[in-house]
Amino acid sequence: MTDATLSFEEAMEKYDPVLGFEVHVELNTKTKMFSSAPNVFGDEPNTNVNEVDLGMPGVLPVVNKTAIESSIKIGLALNCKIAERCRFARKNYFYPDTPKNFQTSQYDEPIAYDGYLDIELSDGTMFRVEIERAHMEEDAGKLTHMGGATGRIQGADYSLVDYNRSGVPLVEIVTKPIEGAGSRAPELAKAYVAAVREIVKNLGVSDAKMERGNVRCDANVSLRPHGRERFGIRSETKNVNSLRAVEHAVRYEIQRHAAVLDSGEPVTQETRHWHEDTRTTTSGRAKSDADDYRYFPEPDLVPITASREWVEELRATLPEPPAARRKRLQADWGYSDLEFRDVVNAGVMDEIEETIAAGATATVARKWWMGEIVGRAKNADVDPGQLGVAPATIVELNQMVEDGKINNKMATEVLDGVLAGEGTPAEIVEKRGLAVVSDDAPLLEAIDAALAAQPGVADKIRGGKIQAIGAIVGAVMKATRGQADAGRVKELILERLGV
Amino acid sequence: MAAINRDDVAHLAQLAHIEMSAEELDRMAGELAVIVDSVKSVSEAAGDDVPATSHPIPLTNVFREDVVGHTFTAEQSLSGAPDAYEGRFKVPAILDED
Repeated sequence: MTDATLSFEEAMEKYDPVLGFEVHVELNTKTKMFSSAPNVFGDEPNTNVNEVDLGMPGVLPVVNKTAIESSIKIGLALNCKIAERCRFARKNYFYPDTPKNFQTSQYDEPIAYDGYLDIELSDGTMFRVEIERAHMEEDAGKLTHMGGATGRIQGADYSLVDYNRSGVPLVEIVTKPIEGAGSRAPELAKAYVAAVREIVKNLGVSDAKMERGNVRCDANVSLRPHGRERFGIRSETKNVNSLRAVEHAVRYEIQRHAAVLDSGEPVTQETRHWHEDTRTTTSGRAKSDADDYRYFPEPDLVPITASREWVEELRATLPEPPAARRKRLQADWGYSDLEFRDVVNAGVMDEIEETIAAGATATVARKWWMGEIVGRAKNADVDPGQLGVAPATIVELNQMVEDGKINNKMATEVLDGVLAGEGTPAEIVEKRGLAVVSDDAPLLEAIDAALAAQPGVADKIRGGKIQAIGAIVGAVMKATRGQADAGRVKELILERLGV
Repeated sequence: MAAINRDDVAHLAQLAHIEMSAEELDRMAGELAVIVDSVKSVSEAAGDDVPATSHPIPLTNVFREDVVGHTFTAEQSLSGAPDAYEGRFKVPAILDED
Protein backbone atom coordinates (compact mmCIF):
# COMPACT_ATOMS: atom_id res chain seq x y z
CA MET A 1 0.00 0.00 0.00
CA THR A 2 1.34 3.38 -0.95
CA ASP A 3 0.77 6.21 1.47
CA ALA A 4 -0.46 9.56 0.20
CA THR A 5 2.08 12.37 0.16
CA LEU A 6 2.03 16.10 -0.46
CA SER A 7 4.74 17.75 -2.50
CA PHE A 8 7.63 18.85 -0.32
CA GLU A 9 7.00 22.50 -1.21
CA GLU A 10 3.35 22.32 -0.22
CA ALA A 11 4.23 20.51 3.02
CA MET A 12 6.67 23.31 3.84
CA GLU A 13 4.10 26.00 3.13
CA LYS A 14 1.74 24.51 5.68
CA TYR A 15 3.91 22.85 8.29
CA ASP A 16 7.06 23.20 10.33
CA PRO A 17 9.11 20.01 10.77
CA VAL A 18 10.67 18.94 14.06
CA LEU A 19 13.41 16.31 13.85
CA GLY A 20 15.17 14.02 16.27
CA PHE A 21 17.88 11.43 15.74
CA GLU A 22 19.14 8.35 17.47
CA VAL A 23 22.47 7.40 15.99
CA HIS A 24 24.02 4.08 17.01
CA VAL A 25 27.78 3.90 16.72
CA GLU A 26 29.52 0.52 16.87
CA LEU A 27 32.86 0.85 18.62
CA ASN A 28 35.92 -0.80 17.07
CA THR A 29 37.24 -2.33 20.28
CA LYS A 30 39.02 -5.65 19.91
CA THR A 31 36.46 -7.39 22.10
CA LYS A 32 32.81 -7.04 22.99
CA MET A 33 31.21 -4.79 25.57
CA PHE A 34 30.80 -7.44 28.27
CA SER A 35 32.71 -10.47 26.99
CA SER A 36 36.19 -11.19 25.67
CA ALA A 37 34.89 -12.61 22.38
CA PRO A 38 36.30 -10.78 19.35
CA ASN A 39 34.47 -7.83 17.81
CA VAL A 40 35.06 -8.66 14.14
CA PHE A 41 32.79 -8.14 11.14
CA GLY A 42 32.21 -10.74 8.46
CA ASP A 43 33.36 -13.99 10.10
CA GLU A 44 31.54 -17.34 9.99
CA PRO A 45 28.24 -17.13 11.89
CA ASN A 46 28.25 -17.89 15.61
CA THR A 47 32.03 -18.20 15.92
CA ASN A 48 32.80 -14.83 17.56
CA VAL A 49 30.79 -15.73 20.62
CA ASN A 50 31.22 -17.29 24.00
CA GLU A 51 28.85 -18.19 26.82
CA VAL A 52 28.24 -14.54 27.75
CA ASP A 53 27.16 -13.52 24.24
CA LEU A 54 24.85 -16.53 24.02
CA GLY A 55 23.20 -15.59 27.31
CA MET A 56 23.82 -18.92 29.00
CA PRO A 57 22.59 -19.41 32.56
CA GLY A 58 24.86 -18.20 35.32
CA VAL A 59 27.30 -16.20 33.19
CA LEU A 60 28.47 -12.79 34.33
CA PRO A 61 29.33 -9.79 32.16
CA VAL A 62 32.53 -7.79 32.72
CA VAL A 63 32.86 -4.29 31.29
CA ASN A 64 35.43 -3.57 28.57
CA LYS A 65 37.55 -0.65 29.81
CA THR A 66 38.45 0.53 26.32
CA ALA A 67 34.75 0.73 25.43
CA ILE A 68 34.19 3.02 28.41
CA GLU A 69 37.10 5.22 27.35
CA SER A 70 35.81 5.37 23.76
CA SER A 71 32.35 6.31 25.05
CA ILE A 72 33.78 9.12 27.17
CA LYS A 73 35.76 10.38 24.16
CA ILE A 74 32.60 10.44 22.06
CA GLY A 75 30.82 12.34 24.84
CA LEU A 76 33.63 14.89 25.01
CA ALA A 77 33.73 15.32 21.23
CA LEU A 78 29.98 16.03 21.32
CA ASN A 79 30.56 18.73 23.96
CA CYS A 80 28.71 16.65 26.56
CA LYS A 81 29.05 16.54 30.30
CA ILE A 82 30.50 13.25 31.48
CA ALA A 83 28.60 11.66 34.37
CA GLU A 84 30.69 11.30 37.51
CA ARG A 85 28.74 8.15 38.19
CA CYS A 86 26.52 6.07 35.95
CA ARG A 87 25.24 2.54 35.69
CA PHE A 88 23.85 -0.01 33.30
CA ALA A 89 20.23 -1.11 33.09
CA ARG A 90 18.35 -4.01 31.61
CA LYS A 91 15.99 -3.25 28.76
CA ASN A 92 13.66 -6.22 28.70
CA TYR A 93 12.16 -7.52 25.49
CA PHE A 94 11.54 -10.91 24.02
CA TYR A 95 12.95 -11.29 20.56
CA PRO A 96 15.46 -13.77 19.16
CA ASP A 97 18.10 -11.15 18.34
CA THR A 98 19.03 -11.08 22.01
CA PRO A 99 19.44 -14.47 23.68
CA LYS A 100 19.29 -13.02 27.21
CA ASN A 101 15.80 -11.57 26.69
CA PHE A 102 17.18 -8.21 27.67
CA GLN A 103 19.65 -5.76 26.23
CA THR A 104 22.18 -4.32 28.63
CA SER A 105 21.90 -0.59 28.13
CA GLN A 106 21.79 2.61 30.14
CA TYR A 107 18.53 4.23 31.09
CA ASP A 108 18.29 6.97 33.70
CA GLU A 109 22.06 7.41 34.05
CA PRO A 110 23.80 7.81 30.66
CA ILE A 111 27.56 8.25 30.65
CA ALA A 112 27.33 11.54 28.68
CA TYR A 113 24.60 14.18 28.50
CA ASP A 114 23.79 17.80 27.59
CA GLY A 115 26.03 18.35 24.59
CA TYR A 116 25.76 19.98 21.19
CA LEU A 117 27.16 19.78 17.71
CA ASP A 118 27.46 22.69 15.30
CA ILE A 119 26.55 21.52 11.84
CA GLU A 120 27.63 23.32 8.70
CA LEU A 121 25.19 23.11 5.79
CA SER A 122 26.39 23.10 2.18
CA ASP A 123 26.13 26.87 1.81
CA GLY A 124 28.03 27.53 5.02
CA THR A 125 24.99 28.13 7.26
CA MET A 126 25.70 26.91 10.80
CA PHE A 127 23.02 25.01 12.69
CA ARG A 128 23.36 23.90 16.31
CA VAL A 129 21.97 20.46 17.19
CA GLU A 130 21.56 19.86 20.92
CA ILE A 131 22.57 16.45 22.19
CA GLU A 132 20.35 15.02 24.91
CA ARG A 133 22.57 12.10 25.83
CA ALA A 134 25.03 9.49 24.66
CA HIS A 135 24.70 6.17 26.39
CA MET A 136 26.42 2.80 26.23
CA GLU A 137 24.78 -0.44 25.28
CA GLU A 138 25.39 -3.65 23.37
CA ASP A 139 24.43 -4.59 19.85
CA ALA A 140 22.02 -7.43 19.13
CA GLY A 141 22.49 -10.49 16.93
CA LYS A 142 21.66 -10.44 13.25
CA LEU A 143 18.39 -11.98 12.06
CA THR A 144 17.78 -13.15 8.52
CA HIS A 145 14.13 -13.72 7.70
CA MET A 146 13.60 -16.73 5.45
CA GLY A 147 10.71 -17.79 3.30
CA GLY A 148 7.81 -15.53 2.40
CA ALA A 149 7.91 -13.58 -0.80
CA THR A 150 10.24 -10.70 -0.14
CA GLY A 151 12.76 -11.63 2.52
CA ARG A 152 11.23 -8.92 4.63
CA ILE A 153 9.82 -9.77 8.01
CA GLN A 154 6.21 -9.74 6.85
CA GLY A 155 5.40 -13.19 5.56
CA ALA A 156 8.63 -14.86 6.69
CA ASP A 157 8.37 -18.53 7.69
CA TYR A 158 11.34 -18.60 10.05
CA SER A 159 14.41 -16.61 10.96
CA LEU A 160 18.09 -17.50 11.19
CA VAL A 161 20.19 -15.94 13.92
CA ASP A 162 23.90 -15.13 13.98
CA TYR A 163 25.10 -13.87 17.37
CA ASN A 164 28.52 -12.65 16.22
CA ARG A 165 27.27 -9.07 16.53
CA SER A 166 25.63 -9.78 19.86
CA GLY A 167 27.45 -7.79 22.53
CA VAL A 168 29.40 -5.49 20.20
CA PRO A 169 29.80 -2.18 22.08
CA LEU A 170 27.44 0.55 20.96
CA VAL A 171 27.10 4.19 21.84
CA GLU A 172 23.66 5.60 21.15
CA ILE A 173 23.62 9.35 20.57
CA VAL A 174 20.23 10.97 21.09
CA THR A 175 19.44 14.54 20.07
CA LYS A 176 16.98 16.89 21.66
CA PRO A 177 14.09 17.86 19.36
CA ILE A 178 15.55 19.89 16.49
CA GLU A 179 13.36 22.87 15.63
CA GLY A 180 13.69 25.62 13.08
CA ALA A 181 15.33 23.75 10.22
CA GLY A 182 12.31 24.39 7.97
CA SER A 183 12.80 23.30 4.38
CA ARG A 184 16.43 22.50 5.12
CA ALA A 185 15.42 19.65 7.44
CA PRO A 186 16.38 16.85 5.00
CA GLU A 187 19.74 18.47 4.31
CA LEU A 188 20.35 19.04 8.01
CA ALA A 189 19.51 15.39 8.72
CA LYS A 190 22.15 14.23 6.29
CA ALA A 191 24.71 16.77 7.49
CA TYR A 192 24.16 15.84 11.15
CA VAL A 193 24.67 12.12 10.60
CA ALA A 194 27.69 12.89 8.40
CA ALA A 195 29.16 15.03 11.19
CA VAL A 196 28.66 12.31 13.82
CA ARG A 197 30.25 9.77 11.52
CA GLU A 198 33.18 12.08 10.83
CA ILE A 199 33.70 12.69 14.55
CA VAL A 200 33.76 9.02 15.59
CA LYS A 201 36.03 8.19 12.68
CA ASN A 202 38.36 11.05 13.55
CA LEU A 203 38.44 9.86 17.17
CA GLY A 204 39.44 6.42 15.94
CA VAL A 205 36.78 4.78 18.12
CA SER A 206 34.69 3.34 15.27
CA ASP A 207 35.33 2.13 11.74
CA ALA A 208 32.33 4.35 10.91
CA LYS A 209 31.34 2.43 7.78
CA MET A 210 27.64 2.96 7.31
CA GLU A 211 27.40 0.19 4.71
CA ARG A 212 28.53 -2.23 7.41
CA GLY A 213 26.15 -0.86 10.00
CA ASN A 214 28.92 0.74 12.10
CA VAL A 215 26.82 3.91 12.14
CA ARG A 216 23.03 3.50 12.03
CA CYS A 217 20.39 6.17 12.23
CA ASP A 218 16.80 6.20 13.45
CA ALA A 219 15.12 9.40 12.27
CA ASN A 220 12.19 10.96 14.13
CA VAL A 221 9.98 13.35 12.23
CA SER A 222 6.91 15.31 13.28
CA LEU A 223 5.10 18.28 11.81
CA ARG A 224 3.17 21.13 13.36
CA PRO A 225 1.35 24.02 11.72
CA HIS A 226 3.48 27.16 11.46
CA GLY A 227 3.33 29.18 14.64
CA ARG A 228 2.26 26.35 16.92
CA GLU A 229 4.59 25.54 19.79
CA ARG A 230 3.34 22.07 20.70
CA PHE A 231 5.01 19.25 18.79
CA GLY A 232 3.02 17.02 16.49
CA ILE A 233 2.95 13.23 16.80
CA ARG A 234 6.16 11.70 15.53
CA SER A 235 7.15 8.66 13.54
CA GLU A 236 10.48 6.93 13.97
CA THR A 237 12.03 5.57 10.80
CA LYS A 238 14.41 2.79 11.79
CA ASN A 239 17.78 1.84 10.41
CA VAL A 240 18.29 4.44 7.75
CA ASN A 241 21.77 3.42 6.87
CA SER A 242 23.28 5.73 4.32
CA LEU A 243 23.67 9.50 4.30
CA ARG A 244 21.60 9.78 1.16
CA ALA A 245 18.87 7.61 2.69
CA VAL A 246 18.73 9.81 5.81
CA GLU A 247 18.02 12.83 3.64
CA HIS A 248 15.43 10.99 1.55
CA ALA A 249 13.70 9.36 4.51
CA VAL A 250 13.24 12.68 6.33
CA ARG A 251 11.94 14.31 3.18
CA TYR A 252 9.52 11.44 2.52
CA GLU A 253 8.21 11.38 6.10
CA ILE A 254 7.61 15.14 5.98
CA GLN A 255 5.58 14.70 2.80
CA ARG A 256 3.67 11.72 4.23
CA HIS A 257 2.88 13.40 7.57
CA ALA A 258 1.66 16.49 5.71
CA ALA A 259 -0.79 14.39 3.70
CA VAL A 260 -2.08 12.66 6.86
CA LEU A 261 -2.55 15.97 8.66
CA ASP A 262 -4.19 17.52 5.60
CA SER A 263 -6.76 14.73 5.57
CA GLY A 264 -7.72 15.72 9.12
CA GLU A 265 -6.43 12.48 10.65
CA PRO A 266 -3.88 12.32 13.45
CA VAL A 267 -0.44 10.88 12.64
CA THR A 268 0.04 7.43 14.17
CA GLN A 269 2.94 7.20 16.59
CA GLU A 270 4.83 4.21 15.23
CA THR A 271 8.09 2.96 13.84
CA ARG A 272 8.48 2.98 10.08
CA HIS A 273 10.69 0.83 7.87
CA TRP A 274 12.74 2.55 5.17
CA HIS A 275 12.85 1.00 1.70
CA GLU A 276 15.75 2.18 -0.39
CA ASP A 277 14.33 0.73 -3.62
CA THR A 278 11.11 2.74 -3.57
CA ARG A 279 12.38 5.55 -1.31
CA THR A 280 9.33 5.18 0.87
CA THR A 281 8.57 3.99 4.39
CA THR A 282 6.03 1.44 5.53
CA SER A 283 4.38 1.02 8.89
CA GLY A 284 6.26 -1.05 11.46
CA ARG A 285 4.89 -1.65 14.90
CA ALA A 286 3.19 0.74 17.24
CA LYS A 287 5.87 2.27 19.41
CA SER A 288 6.24 0.57 22.78
CA ASP A 289 6.10 2.70 25.85
CA ALA A 290 9.34 2.87 27.79
CA ASP A 291 7.34 1.16 30.56
CA ASP A 292 6.97 -1.89 28.36
CA TYR A 293 10.72 -2.42 28.48
CA ARG A 294 10.58 -2.63 32.28
CA TYR A 295 14.01 -1.09 32.69
CA PHE A 296 15.76 -1.83 35.96
CA PRO A 297 19.36 -1.41 37.16
CA GLU A 298 21.63 -4.24 35.98
CA PRO A 299 22.43 -6.23 39.14
CA ASP A 300 25.39 -8.04 37.54
CA LEU A 301 27.40 -4.88 36.89
CA VAL A 302 28.70 -2.31 39.33
CA PRO A 303 28.43 1.42 38.61
CA ILE A 304 30.99 3.32 36.54
CA THR A 305 32.61 6.36 38.11
CA ALA A 306 34.54 8.70 35.85
CA SER A 307 36.92 10.77 37.97
CA ARG A 308 37.60 14.26 36.66
CA GLU A 309 41.29 13.31 36.33
CA TRP A 310 40.43 10.38 34.08
CA VAL A 311 38.11 12.53 31.97
CA GLU A 312 40.79 15.20 31.56
CA GLU A 313 43.37 12.57 30.65
CA LEU A 314 41.06 11.34 27.92
CA ARG A 315 40.27 14.87 26.78
CA ALA A 316 43.99 15.49 26.31
CA THR A 317 44.15 12.59 23.85
CA LEU A 318 41.39 13.92 21.59
CA PRO A 319 42.47 14.79 18.05
CA GLU A 320 41.67 18.20 16.58
CA PRO A 321 37.92 18.22 15.85
CA PRO A 322 37.12 18.04 12.12
CA ALA A 323 35.33 21.41 12.11
CA ALA A 324 38.24 23.16 13.86
CA ARG A 325 40.70 21.58 11.47
CA ARG A 326 38.75 22.88 8.49
CA LYS A 327 38.74 26.35 9.96
CA ARG A 328 42.50 26.25 10.56
CA LEU A 329 43.30 24.94 7.09
CA GLN A 330 41.12 27.53 5.37
CA ALA A 331 42.89 30.32 7.26
CA ASP A 332 46.33 28.83 6.51
CA TRP A 333 45.62 28.44 2.83
CA GLY A 334 43.87 31.76 2.36
CA TYR A 335 40.98 30.27 0.38
CA SER A 336 37.68 32.14 0.17
CA ASP A 337 34.64 30.52 1.80
CA LEU A 338 33.39 29.40 -1.58
CA GLU A 339 36.75 28.03 -2.69
CA PHE A 340 37.17 26.13 0.55
CA ARG A 341 33.64 24.73 0.51
CA ASP A 342 34.19 23.47 -3.04
CA VAL A 343 37.38 21.76 -1.90
CA VAL A 344 35.56 20.09 1.02
CA ASN A 345 32.59 19.04 -1.11
CA ALA A 346 34.93 17.63 -3.74
CA GLY A 347 36.60 15.56 -1.00
CA VAL A 348 40.16 16.71 -1.67
CA MET A 349 40.99 18.59 1.55
CA ASP A 350 43.42 15.90 2.75
CA GLU A 351 45.04 15.66 -0.68
CA ILE A 352 45.57 19.41 -0.88
CA GLU A 353 47.06 19.42 2.61
CA GLU A 354 49.52 16.69 1.57
CA THR A 355 50.38 18.48 -1.66
CA ILE A 356 51.17 21.66 0.23
CA ALA A 357 53.27 19.66 2.67
CA ALA A 358 55.18 18.26 -0.33
CA GLY A 359 56.17 21.80 -1.33
CA ALA A 360 53.38 23.28 -3.47
CA THR A 361 51.75 26.62 -2.67
CA ALA A 362 48.11 26.57 -1.62
CA THR A 363 47.11 28.17 -4.93
CA VAL A 364 49.00 25.65 -7.02
CA ALA A 365 47.63 22.71 -5.01
CA ARG A 366 44.08 23.93 -5.45
CA LYS A 367 44.58 24.61 -9.15
CA TRP A 368 45.71 21.04 -9.80
CA TRP A 369 43.26 19.20 -7.57
CA MET A 370 40.17 21.27 -8.33
CA GLY A 371 41.05 22.22 -11.92
CA GLU A 372 42.37 18.92 -13.21
CA ILE A 373 42.12 15.92 -10.94
CA VAL A 374 38.58 16.22 -9.55
CA GLY A 375 37.10 16.26 -13.06
CA ARG A 376 39.14 13.23 -14.10
CA ALA A 377 38.03 11.37 -10.96
CA LYS A 378 34.42 12.19 -11.74
CA ASN A 379 34.81 10.78 -15.25
CA ALA A 380 36.37 7.64 -13.82
CA ASP A 381 33.64 7.48 -11.12
CA VAL A 382 36.11 7.20 -8.24
CA ASP A 383 37.12 9.44 -5.35
CA PRO A 384 39.86 11.91 -6.35
CA GLY A 385 42.23 10.39 -3.79
CA GLN A 386 41.80 6.99 -5.42
CA LEU A 387 43.29 8.10 -8.74
CA GLY A 388 46.71 7.64 -7.25
CA VAL A 389 48.21 11.05 -7.97
CA ALA A 390 51.08 11.50 -5.51
CA PRO A 391 51.56 14.98 -4.02
CA ALA A 392 55.17 14.89 -5.27
CA THR A 393 53.92 14.45 -8.84
CA ILE A 394 52.02 17.69 -8.66
CA VAL A 395 55.00 19.50 -7.20
CA GLU A 396 57.21 18.15 -10.00
CA LEU A 397 54.73 19.07 -12.75
CA ASN A 398 54.34 22.56 -11.41
CA GLN A 399 58.09 23.02 -11.18
CA MET A 400 58.46 22.08 -14.85
CA VAL A 401 55.88 24.70 -15.81
CA GLU A 402 57.55 27.35 -13.68
CA ASP A 403 60.92 26.54 -15.19
CA GLY A 404 59.43 27.01 -18.64
CA LYS A 405 60.22 23.43 -19.67
CA ILE A 406 56.62 22.71 -20.49
CA ASN A 407 53.51 24.84 -20.69
CA ASN A 408 50.22 24.34 -18.88
CA LYS A 409 48.63 22.48 -21.73
CA MET A 410 51.51 20.03 -21.88
CA ALA A 411 51.39 19.64 -18.13
CA THR A 412 47.83 18.33 -18.31
CA GLU A 413 48.96 15.91 -20.99
CA VAL A 414 51.74 14.74 -18.70
CA LEU A 415 49.19 14.30 -15.90
CA ASP A 416 47.17 12.04 -18.17
CA GLY A 417 50.34 10.09 -18.82
CA VAL A 418 50.95 9.71 -15.09
CA LEU A 419 47.37 8.47 -14.60
CA ALA A 420 47.87 6.01 -17.47
CA GLY A 421 50.90 4.64 -15.60
CA GLU A 422 53.48 5.81 -18.12
CA GLY A 423 55.96 6.85 -15.44
CA THR A 424 57.10 10.00 -13.68
CA PRO A 425 56.46 13.42 -15.23
CA ALA A 426 60.10 13.70 -16.33
CA GLU A 427 59.94 10.32 -18.03
CA ILE A 428 56.70 11.20 -19.81
CA VAL A 429 58.03 14.53 -21.06
CA GLU A 430 61.02 12.66 -22.44
CA LYS A 431 59.01 9.80 -23.97
CA ARG A 432 56.36 11.97 -25.58
CA GLY A 433 58.88 14.53 -26.78
CA LEU A 434 57.10 17.33 -24.98
CA ALA A 435 59.13 20.48 -24.61
CA VAL A 436 58.42 24.13 -25.09
CA VAL A 437 59.92 25.51 -28.30
CA SER A 438 62.31 28.07 -26.94
CA ASP A 439 64.21 28.95 -30.06
CA ASP A 440 62.67 32.20 -31.36
CA ALA A 441 63.31 31.54 -35.07
CA PRO A 442 60.53 29.00 -35.69
CA LEU A 443 58.22 31.11 -33.52
CA LEU A 444 58.89 34.27 -35.54
CA GLU A 445 58.23 32.35 -38.72
CA ALA A 446 54.85 31.22 -37.37
CA ILE A 447 54.07 34.72 -36.10
CA ASP A 448 54.81 36.33 -39.48
CA ALA A 449 52.60 33.80 -41.18
CA ALA A 450 49.77 34.43 -38.71
CA LEU A 451 50.04 38.21 -39.03
CA ALA A 452 50.02 37.98 -42.81
CA ALA A 453 46.97 35.76 -42.72
CA GLN A 454 45.06 38.15 -40.44
CA PRO A 455 46.06 41.71 -41.43
CA GLY A 456 42.93 43.18 -39.83
CA VAL A 457 43.92 41.80 -36.46
CA ALA A 458 47.45 43.10 -36.87
CA ASP A 459 46.02 46.60 -37.51
CA LYS A 460 43.85 46.41 -34.41
CA ILE A 461 46.80 45.51 -32.22
CA ARG A 462 48.86 48.33 -33.75
CA GLY A 463 45.94 50.63 -33.02
CA GLY A 464 46.14 49.73 -29.31
CA LYS A 465 43.57 46.94 -29.06
CA ILE A 466 46.04 44.64 -27.36
CA GLN A 467 43.38 42.08 -26.40
CA ALA A 468 43.01 41.19 -30.08
CA ILE A 469 46.41 39.49 -29.76
CA GLY A 470 44.67 36.28 -28.68
CA ALA A 471 43.79 35.40 -32.26
CA ILE A 472 47.44 35.59 -33.35
CA VAL A 473 48.70 33.72 -30.29
CA GLY A 474 46.12 30.99 -30.98
CA ALA A 475 47.24 30.65 -34.57
CA VAL A 476 50.90 30.40 -33.52
CA MET A 477 50.13 27.80 -30.86
CA LYS A 478 48.24 25.81 -33.44
CA ALA A 479 51.11 26.05 -35.92
CA THR A 480 53.58 24.84 -33.26
CA ARG A 481 51.19 22.14 -32.07
CA GLY A 482 50.99 23.69 -28.64
CA GLN A 483 54.69 23.47 -27.97
CA ALA A 484 55.33 27.19 -27.78
CA ASP A 485 55.47 29.24 -24.59
CA ALA A 486 52.42 31.47 -24.96
CA GLY A 487 54.01 34.25 -22.90
CA ARG A 488 57.04 34.38 -25.16
CA VAL A 489 54.83 34.31 -28.26
CA LYS A 490 52.97 37.37 -26.99
CA GLU A 491 56.19 39.25 -26.38
CA LEU A 492 57.47 38.47 -29.85
CA ILE A 493 54.22 39.53 -31.56
CA LEU A 494 54.30 42.91 -29.79
CA GLU A 495 57.94 43.29 -30.68
CA ARG A 496 57.20 42.44 -34.33
CA LEU A 497 54.43 45.03 -34.51
CA GLY A 498 56.47 47.63 -32.69
CA VAL A 499 53.81 48.12 -30.04
CA MET B 1 2.74 0.73 43.92
CA ALA B 2 -0.63 0.08 42.36
CA ALA B 3 -2.00 -3.41 42.72
CA ILE B 4 -1.60 -5.81 39.80
CA ASN B 5 -4.88 -6.38 38.01
CA ARG B 6 -5.93 -8.82 35.33
CA ASP B 7 -5.27 -6.36 32.48
CA ASP B 8 -1.71 -5.82 33.69
CA VAL B 9 -1.08 -9.54 33.63
CA ALA B 10 -2.55 -9.86 30.15
CA HIS B 11 -0.30 -7.03 28.95
CA LEU B 12 2.80 -8.59 30.51
CA ALA B 13 1.92 -11.94 28.98
CA GLN B 14 1.72 -10.29 25.59
CA LEU B 15 5.11 -8.57 26.05
CA ALA B 16 6.64 -11.90 27.05
CA HIS B 17 4.98 -13.77 24.17
CA ILE B 18 3.29 -16.11 26.65
CA GLU B 19 -0.15 -17.43 25.83
CA MET B 20 -2.43 -17.49 28.89
CA SER B 21 -5.97 -18.73 29.27
CA ALA B 22 -8.66 -16.68 31.00
CA GLU B 23 -8.36 -18.89 34.09
CA GLU B 24 -4.60 -18.50 34.21
CA LEU B 25 -4.93 -14.73 33.96
CA ASP B 26 -7.37 -14.66 36.87
CA ARG B 27 -5.18 -16.89 39.02
CA MET B 28 -1.94 -15.08 38.15
CA ALA B 29 -3.46 -11.67 38.85
CA GLY B 30 -4.24 -12.83 42.38
CA GLU B 31 -0.84 -14.45 42.95
CA LEU B 32 1.13 -11.53 41.57
CA ALA B 33 -0.85 -9.13 43.71
CA VAL B 34 0.27 -11.05 46.81
CA ILE B 35 3.89 -11.02 45.66
CA VAL B 36 3.84 -7.29 44.91
CA ASP B 37 2.32 -6.65 48.32
CA SER B 38 5.07 -8.64 49.99
CA VAL B 39 7.81 -6.78 48.14
CA LYS B 40 6.11 -3.52 49.07
CA SER B 41 6.97 -4.15 52.71
CA VAL B 42 10.57 -3.22 51.80
CA SER B 43 9.49 0.39 51.36
CA GLU B 44 8.29 0.40 54.97
CA ALA B 45 11.80 -0.48 56.16
CA ALA B 46 13.73 1.82 53.80
CA GLY B 47 12.80 5.48 54.16
CA ASP B 48 13.39 8.28 51.68
CA ASP B 49 16.88 8.80 53.08
CA VAL B 50 18.02 5.37 51.87
CA PRO B 51 19.20 5.56 48.23
CA ALA B 52 18.03 2.87 45.84
CA THR B 53 20.70 0.28 45.31
CA SER B 54 21.35 -2.01 42.39
CA HIS B 55 24.28 -3.84 43.95
CA PRO B 56 24.90 -4.92 47.55
CA ILE B 57 28.66 -4.27 47.53
CA PRO B 58 29.91 -0.68 47.20
CA LEU B 59 32.23 -1.38 44.30
CA THR B 60 32.71 0.66 41.12
CA ASN B 61 34.74 0.33 37.92
CA VAL B 62 35.25 -3.39 37.67
CA PHE B 63 36.85 -3.53 34.25
CA ARG B 64 38.35 -6.00 31.84
CA GLU B 65 41.24 -5.09 29.51
CA ASP B 66 40.33 -5.20 25.81
CA VAL B 67 42.06 -8.52 25.11
CA VAL B 68 40.52 -11.33 23.07
CA GLY B 69 39.72 -14.50 25.01
CA HIS B 70 38.15 -17.83 24.16
CA THR B 71 35.33 -18.35 21.67
CA PHE B 72 33.07 -21.21 20.67
CA THR B 73 33.07 -22.98 17.34
CA ALA B 74 29.78 -22.72 15.45
CA GLU B 75 29.14 -26.35 16.35
CA GLN B 76 29.60 -25.62 20.06
CA SER B 77 27.43 -22.51 19.82
CA LEU B 78 24.59 -24.47 18.26
CA SER B 79 24.95 -27.61 20.39
CA GLY B 80 22.03 -26.72 22.63
CA ALA B 81 19.81 -25.24 19.93
CA PRO B 82 16.49 -26.94 19.17
CA ASP B 83 17.03 -26.21 15.49
CA ALA B 84 19.82 -24.81 13.34
CA TYR B 85 20.56 -24.18 9.68
CA GLU B 86 23.87 -23.36 8.00
CA GLY B 87 25.66 -22.42 11.19
CA ARG B 88 22.81 -20.30 12.49
CA PHE B 89 20.06 -20.70 15.04
CA LYS B 90 16.71 -21.37 13.39
CA VAL B 91 13.78 -19.75 15.17
CA PRO B 92 10.10 -19.20 14.38
CA ALA B 93 9.43 -15.91 12.63
CA ILE B 94 8.08 -13.35 15.06
CA LEU B 95 6.08 -10.62 13.42
CA ASP B 96 5.57 -6.99 14.19
CA GLU B 97 8.88 -6.34 15.83
CA ASP B 98 11.84 -4.52 14.43
